[in-house]
Amino acid sequence: MRRLTLALGALALGATAMTEPALAQQNEQFLPALVYRTGPYAPNGIPFADGVADYWTLLNERDGGINGVKIISEECETGYATDKGVECYERLKGKGPTGAGYFSPLSTGITFALTEKAPGDKIPLLTMGYGRSESKDGAVFPWNFIAVGSYWTAADVAIQHIAKELGGMDKLKDKKVSLVYHDSPYGKEPIMALEARAKVNGFVFKAIPVTHPGVEQKSQWLAIRQDRPDYVLLWGWGVMNSTAIKEAAAVGYPRDKMIGVWWSGAEPDVTPAGDQSTGYKALMLQHGAGKFKVHADLEKFVVSKGKSVAKDDFAQVLYNRGLLNSMLGTEAIRTAMKKYGNKPMTGEQVRWGLENLNLTAERIKELGFEGMVGPIQLSCQDHQGADIARVQQWDGKEWKVISGNYKADLSILDPLVKEAAAKYAAEKKITVRDCAKES
Amino acid sequence: MIAFGQFLEVLVSGLLAGVLYSLVALGFVLIFKASGVFNFAQGAMVLLAGLALVRSLDFMVAKGLPFWAAIIIALLFAALIMAITAWLVERFVLGPLINQDGLTLFMSTIGVTFMIEGGAQMLFGSDVYPLRLFPSDAWFLFESSFPGGILVSKIDVWGGMIAAVLVVGLALFFQKTKTGRALRAVADDHAAAQSVGISLNWIWFIVWLVAGLVALVAATVWGTKLGVQFSITFLALKALPVLIIGGFTSVPGAIVGGLIIGAGEKIAEAYLGPFIGGGIEYWFAYVLALVVLMARPQGLFGERIIERI
Repeated sequence: MRRLTLALGALALGATAMTEPALAQQNEQFLPALVYRTGPYAPNGIPFADGVADYWTLLNERDGGINGVKIISEECETGYATDKGVECYERLKGKGPTGAGYFSPLSTGITFALTEKAPGDKIPLLTMGYGRSESKDGAVFPWNFIAVGSYWTAADVAIQHIAKELGGMDKLKDKKVSLVYHDSPYGKEPIMALEARAKVNGFVFKAIPVTHPGVEQKSQWLAIRQDRPDYVLLWGWGVMNSTAIKEAAAVGYPRDKMIGVWWSGAEPDVTPAGDQSTGYKALMLQHGAGKFKVHADLEKFVVSKGKSVAKDDFAQVLYNRGLLNSMLGTEAIRTAMKKYGNKPMTGEQVRWGLENLNLTAERIKELGFEGMVGPIQLSCQDHQGADIARVQQWDGKEWKVISGNYKADLSILDPLVKEAAAKYAAEKKITVRDCAKES
Repeated sequence: MIAFGQFLEVLVSGLLAGVLYSLVALGFVLIFKASGVFNFAQGAMVLLAGLALVRSLDFMVAKGLPFWAAIIIALLFAALIMAITAWLVERFVLGPLINQDGLTLFMSTIGVTFMIEGGAQMLFGSDVYPLRLFPSDAWFLFESSFPGGILVSKIDVWGGMIAAVLVVGLALFFQKTKTGRALRAVADDHAAAQSVGISLNWIWFIVWLVAGLVALVAATVWGTKLGVQFSITFLALKALPVLIIGGFTSVPGAIVGGLIIGAGEKIAEAYLGPFIGGGIEYWFAYVLALVVLMARPQGLFGERIIERI
C-alpha cells in the first residue's frame, strides 16, 4: 500500500511538473526572427536583428511580456538568400501555441516570395520600409504591411530634397539624375516612381544596375564620370553602399550630390569608406541614430542585466530600426488583444491588430519612441500609414539630420500604387476586398 | 576624342582589375599545380587571412603600437593563422584522402570552404573592417589630350605591382628551390614522388601554406579596396573564368587570363551593358571563358593532358 501511495505521489508530481511548462507555453506569444548574422550582408543584418531581439527582451523584462503574455522567439539565419528565407519561414510558421504572430524578413526578395505564401498560412508580413511598394493597398495585399514608408515614398522624397537644394521643383527640368541600384527586386523597386517623377518634373533619369553583392562597380562609376549627372541616388545594401562611396570618391564624384535610400544610410555603409564618406547623404525612415527614452529603459532592464545582444551597434541607425520594427509588431498584437483577449494571438488576429493599429503621438511618447517616429495609423485600405521621410548627412563621425519631414506627393504615387496593385490582382486572380464593408 | 579617352579609361581600369582577380586565381593555380586539387576554399582563405590581418592590426594600433610595428606583427600573425589552417587541412582533410580521386578531393574543399567561412567570422567577427594599407585615390593621366584625363586608381596599380612581384617570386620558388621542384614532382605523379622519398603530407602542407600566403597578399589589396568583409569570398567566383582562360596549371596564365577577363568584362559592361540592361559583367566573364573552353579546353597556357586508354 505504501509503495502504491509513493508511486501515485511520484506520478502526481511528475504530472504537475509536466503541466506547468505546458501551461506556461500556452501563454506565450511566438515571434520568429529571420536574420542574417553571417554572410555578405551581415554588417547590416546584425544591428537590425539586435534591435528586434532587445525590444522583445525589454517587454519581457519590464512588463512581463505583452499584457502578461510572454514573448518567445527563435532566430533563423537566412543569409539574405530568398531560398533560405522561405525555408526559415516554413520551419518557424507553426511554432508556439498559436504559430508565428508575424514575419519580418528584412529582404525584399524574401518578401516577394512570402507574399505568395502568407495568405494561405494566414500570417502577416511586417515589411517596414521595404517590400512591394504597391502592397500599401491593403485591399489587394491583406497580409503585407509596408508600414512607415515604401521605396516609392523614398524615391519621391529624394527628388523633393534635390529640388529643394536646387531652389525649387521647376529647377529639376533638364537636370540629370542617375540611380545606382542593387540588381535585385529591392534595387528595381524605385524605378517606376522615379520614371513617373521624371515625366512630371522633366529631369533626365538613368538607371544603372550593379550586380550582387556589389563589390565591382568600376564600370558603372566610370560611366557616371563621363555622364556627370547632377545627382546620384543610391539603392544599395551591404557592401555595395561603401563600395559605391569609395568608387564615387575615386572618380571624383561629389559625395554631397549622392543620396542613398534609408537602407543605404547606416553606419556600416559609411565607416568602411572612412573620410571619403564625408558629405554623403541618405534618407531616414523617419528615425536615425541616437538615444531616446526607450534606450534608457533598454539600458536599465536589458543592458545592465547582461541580456542585450547588442555590442557596438546599440542606438545605431539599424539597431533603432529593429526596435521600431518590434514596437510596431508588438503594438499590433496589443491592439489585437483588445478584441480577442490577453492571450497569444494567431497570425490572423495579429493581422487584424495591424489593420487597426493607431499609434498616436501620445502612445508613441508613452512607449519612449518620441522623436524617432511620428503617428502611424493603418487601415484595411492603407497598409503603410505614413508617407514622410527626412534627410541626414554623414559628417565624418556621425549622421546629422539636415532636413525636416518631406511628405511624399500622393497625387503621383497613389495612382502608381493603384495601377500596380490592380495589375498584381489580375495576374494572381485575387478577389479585391471591399474595405468599405469591413470594419 | 572623348570617346577614345573613355575607351582607354575603361580598358586600363579593366586590365588593372583583371590583375587583382589574378591575385586570387594564383592561389588556385598553386594548389592545382602541386596536388591536382581544385581548391574551392581559396576565396574563403582570402577572407580568413584578411580578417586575421585587420583584426590583429586594429587590436595593436588600439594598444598604442606604432603603425609600422603593428602591421609587421599583424602580417606575421595572419601568416601564422594561414599556416595553422594549412596544417589542419592537410592533417584532417587531405591527409586521410590521399589516393582518392580528384572529385572527392574537390568536394572536401567545398566542406573546407564553409568551415573556414564560419570559423573566420566566429573568431574575428562579421562586420566590415576598413584596412588602409595603400592609397585609394586616383591619378588623372593625359589631361591635355583627353578632357578630364584618363583615370587610373592608385590601389589598382599597387595591386598590379604586387602581382608582378608575386609571379616572379613564385616562378623562382618553383624553378630554383628544392621544395619547389618537389612540388612539381608531386603534381606530375604522386606515387612516383613518394617512391623517391618525397613526403606527400609535407608537400601538401607547404603548398597550402604558400596558397594561404598568396591569399594574405590578395587580402591586403582587396581589403584596402573593399574593406575586409565576407564579400571577399565572392572573388573566388571572379577567379574561375580567369583560370578557365589561363589554364589551371600556369602562373603566367593566371595573369594573362586575369587581364583578358578584366578588360573584357569592363568593356562589355560599358559598351554592351546599356543595350541589354546593364549589370552584365559577372556573367560576361563566363561567356568569355566558355568561348576559350570551346577552342582550347586546357586554357591558353594550360598543359594538354593526353591519356592512353
